[in-house]
Amino acid sequence: MKKDIILAGVGGQGILSIATVIGSAALEQGLHLKQAEVHGMSQRGGDVQSNLRLSSEPIHSDLIPRGGADVIVSLEPMEALRYVPFLSKENGWIITNTTPFVNIPNYPEMSAIEAELAKYPRVIAIDVDAVAKEILSPRSANMVLLGAVAAVLDILEADKLRDGIRRIFARKGDAVVETNLKAFDAGLAMAREKR
Amino acid sequence: MAEKNLLLGDEALALGALHAGLSGVYAYPGTPSTEITEFIQAHPLAAERKVHNVWSSNEKTAMEGALGMSYAGKRALVCMKHVGMNVCADPLMGSAMTGANGGLVVAACDDPSMHSSQNEQDSRFWGTFGMMPVFEPSSQQETYTMARAAFEYSEKRGIPVIMRLTTRMAHSRAVVEPWKDIQEQNELHYPEHPRRWVTLPVNARVRNRELIKDYAQFEEDAAESAFNFLKDGPDHSMGIIACGISYNYLMENFPQGCPFPVLKVSQYPFPRKMAQELAGMVPKILVIEEGQPLVEERLRGVFPIGTEIIGRIDNTLPRDGELSPDAVRKALGLPALEAYPASEVVAPRPPALCIGCGHRDFYTALNNVLKKDYPTARVFSDIGCYTLGYMAPFNAIHTCVEMGASFTMAQGAAYSGTWPSVGVLGDSTFTHSGMTGLLDAVNGKADVVLCISDNLTTAMTGGQDSAGTGRIEAICEGLGVEKEHIRTIVPLPKNYPEMERVIREEIEYHGVSVIVCRRECLQTLRRHAKTAAK
Repeated sequence: MKKDIILAGVGGQGILSIATVIGSAALEQGLHLKQAEVHGMSQRGGDVQSNLRLSSEPIHSDLIPRGGADVIVSLEPMEALRYVPFLSKENGWIITNTTPFVNIPNYPEMSAIEAELAKYPRVIAIDVDAVAKEILSPRSANMVLLGAVAAVLDILEADKLRDGIRRIFARKGDAVVETNLKAFDAGLAMAREKR
Repeated sequence: MAEKNLLLGDEALALGALHAGLSGVYAYPGTPSTEITEFIQAHPLAAERKVHNVWSSNEKTAMEGALGMSYAGKRALVCMKHVGMNVCADPLMGSAMTGANGGLVVAACDDPSMHSSQNEQDSRFWGTFGMMPVFEPSSQQETYTMARAAFEYSEKRGIPVIMRLTTRMAHSRAVVEPWKDIQEQNELHYPEHPRRWVTLPVNARVRNRELIKDYAQFEEDAAESAFNFLKDGPDHSMGIIACGISYNYLMENFPQGCPFPVLKVSQYPFPRKMAQELAGMVPKILVIEEGQPLVEERLRGVFPIGTEIIGRIDNTLPRDGELSPDAVRKALGLPALEAYPASEVVAPRPPALCIGCGHRDFYTALNNVLKKDYPTARVFSDIGCYTLGYMAPFNAIHTCVEMGASFTMAQGAAYSGTWPSVGVLGDSTFTHSGMTGLLDAVNGKADVVLCISDNLTTAMTGGQDSAGTGRIEAICEGLGVEKEHIRTIVPLPKNYPEMERVIREEIEYHGVSVIVCRRECLQTLRRHAKTAAK
């Protein structure tokens, strides 16, 4: 069994915090893992992505092949669409935030992005910033998105991801852990509803 | 330390070096190599063992520092991006002539597809050029293991070893299981062959002949190396040579095992004997290598041979850019996976200077002066975040070539009649390779305005210490720039009138002017504020 995940966003949005929790949970569960990151010049407000591969078998390539990704997770709606050539036609999910990050003059109309997203059969689009604000933890938007991913990530149990959140945020104190868990659960509930 | 570490390839190399008894890491930051040194700087074992880990001014000084450590019998690591190898080429080639005493490993991180670089040069060529062995790992675990093996091999054969990583190995994480034992550091001990270390012609001629012999031995060793192997397969219609990380892209396409005989190469000089054995089994060989077609070119030769060679040169694989599982899949003749076409809604989102960055204010003021009053002006820039001044809305620079070229090219253009001739570089690039060019300008009495956009850090690579912080003006004065023409300004919108006045005055002065434009990088400022809050 394998799960190939593309994490997408804009430099500075913090896609790696999601990868870190999934990675920690995967290691704990004894899965094989490879995670290709982008560093350097591309980070400065440009598009960024990370290829995260989980498998019960040894993994060869650090990169996911075209048409091979089981999930695209994106903190930004246009960035989710950037990687659709990598999405599996058979069973690929797009899990994306709906709040656009507009730092270019030719950013498309939101209606065009929404219409484009609607073309794909398995999409969960959530305004994770709004959900995070609603539960009074505005800085946990990434964990809301992770919760939504948990709804389709059958290789990892939700509880393993919760343990991952506890481990990763432990040094920041119990309050931060609890806030992030609440955000995770809110995202998970919302995604299950939308699925 | 946990049994299992989730490490970048860079970090696996760093940990392997530390566990091999490293005494010093010498480096200048450069993507994708920076994390090797950063990992060592943050590691408790480095503090406990007093492993030297201060950033060097440039790759040349780094290589020389490491060579000195090797001379003294200790294990030293030098790290840089591929183009850094050009900067350290002199001591690198010299180190092949002196040989290594303590283990000396040169980590060169190549960036095919130029994610954050100006060219695609392949560091394996340095091995052939300097007659040095090259190690090229294919996984994070192998990177860790290979780091120790490289130090041991360096000492066994008395030669520096180049370890070549490419972006996807340097910046991809996987589980690494370290050894139980951690080696002790070497004691101080001096070379057995003291004559080699004085490369006067009388000694160098002798050493050169030895090195030529040794290089043949290195190839014998590569053929016996555990990092290289020839694995047979049932289908002898084709054979495959897969170098370094490209082995993974091959195996990705054959989850049940590769049907063709495969020669995996991770240690060079290229083991010709193994390739000959493969050629005896098959009529055709596909060469898969990340970077330039070094092995493929060598196998093809000039005259017809009995074996058909395919690879990058005949476009079976793309001639440039990094490899991918898809490119290799196509080369193997396998059908592509079913995939969606690219979305037409998506707009490019290129990297940009951060909102509020001092470089923005500097370019705004410079443009206000030049575009309005000096339409003949040319701006020679350099390598760093400020290269993004090329992009809209600034369109402020005309050149960017390599570290330090701004100050020197501005002089060449000025002598040729360009006026105003403006050079722009950052503080870290200035101390890396700009200072000597400034001395040239002073001696040549060049009519140039040389600007140092000082953000107090090496920003592009993530905010490492910059070698001249706090001493930029003093360095310029020491190099002979007249004090009244070393001007310091603070790049902020409210200061535009003053900034523009200073720029104008220095353009109108027909000699060497230096304008230091100083405000801290926003990224490091934020980080420092966080640290202070704790």
